[in-house]
Amino acid sequence: MAESQFVYVTFIRTTPEKLWRALREPEFTRQFWMGTTQECEWKPGASWRIVKPNGVTADSGEVLEIEPHKRLVLKWQNHMFPEMTAEGYSRLTYELEEKGDSVKLTVTHEMDKSESKLIKAVSGGWPMILASLKSLLETGESLEATRRWPEGL
Amino acid sequence: MSTDVDKVFKALAAPERRLLLDRLRADNGQTLGQLCQHLDMTRQAVTKHLKLLEEATLVVTIWRGREKLHYLNPMPIHEIAERWIDQYERGRLRALAELKQKLEGETDG
Repeated sequence: MAESQFVYVTFIRTTPEKLWRALREPEFTRQFWMGTTQECEWKPGASWRIVKPNGVTADSGEVLEIEPHKRLVLKWQNHMFPEMTAEGYSRLTYELEEKGDSVKLTVTHEMDKSESKLIKAVSGGWPMILASLKSLLETGESLEATRRWPEGL
Repeated sequence: MSTDVDKVFKALAAPERRLLLDRLRADNGQTLGQLCQHLDMTRQAVTKHLKLLEEATLVVTIWRGREKLHYLNPMPIHEIAERWIDQYERGRLRALAELKQKLEGETDG
């Protein structure tokens, strides 16, 4: 049972196909996810990592489950802060569900450890990144604050 | 379907529901039973308030075995903040620009 967990739900006026691309492909993630890109073959067991604009790995893990346009589960370990790296792997789940002219996106980030520092830290970042993703897909523009990597981080 | 802003404001417009959100903020992922503890509300009242919060997607639930856990979803509030804070700032900048133009115009005249 997960001891630390956050759940985010947002409705985005787009298609599951487009959202599925936006969550993984560099031309999208660079705009709403602080200039980062992801490296992965996107199949079960494939290794996965988030790369900062300077080429350094921010987080890494592997694909646990992948069902195109519907569900993606990643093992996720942070590499930026030693105390978070020491916590080991967390689990991130994206679920996409078509609802009328929108897609309901549910993002769950959890760790089998109480009071996880990683989960606490990401809980501050996800809402802004997801709001920016929504803005990018609905208006063509991501939110200003998420277009580049924060200085000093 | 999208986040219904009316539902979000309506859901936030009751102290009991804001209290429930505060409780989830302090300790996310609680069952109905856990939420009812130390609250001066009947179980039925809490259930009713949670239903409105869920309809506004301010609270989302996840089943874990036989337990239904309630989580605070910050996205609707975040989206409202993005929408209006940005607009207010734009409005202020425009007002300042107009004021500057007016005052400078008068000085010149």
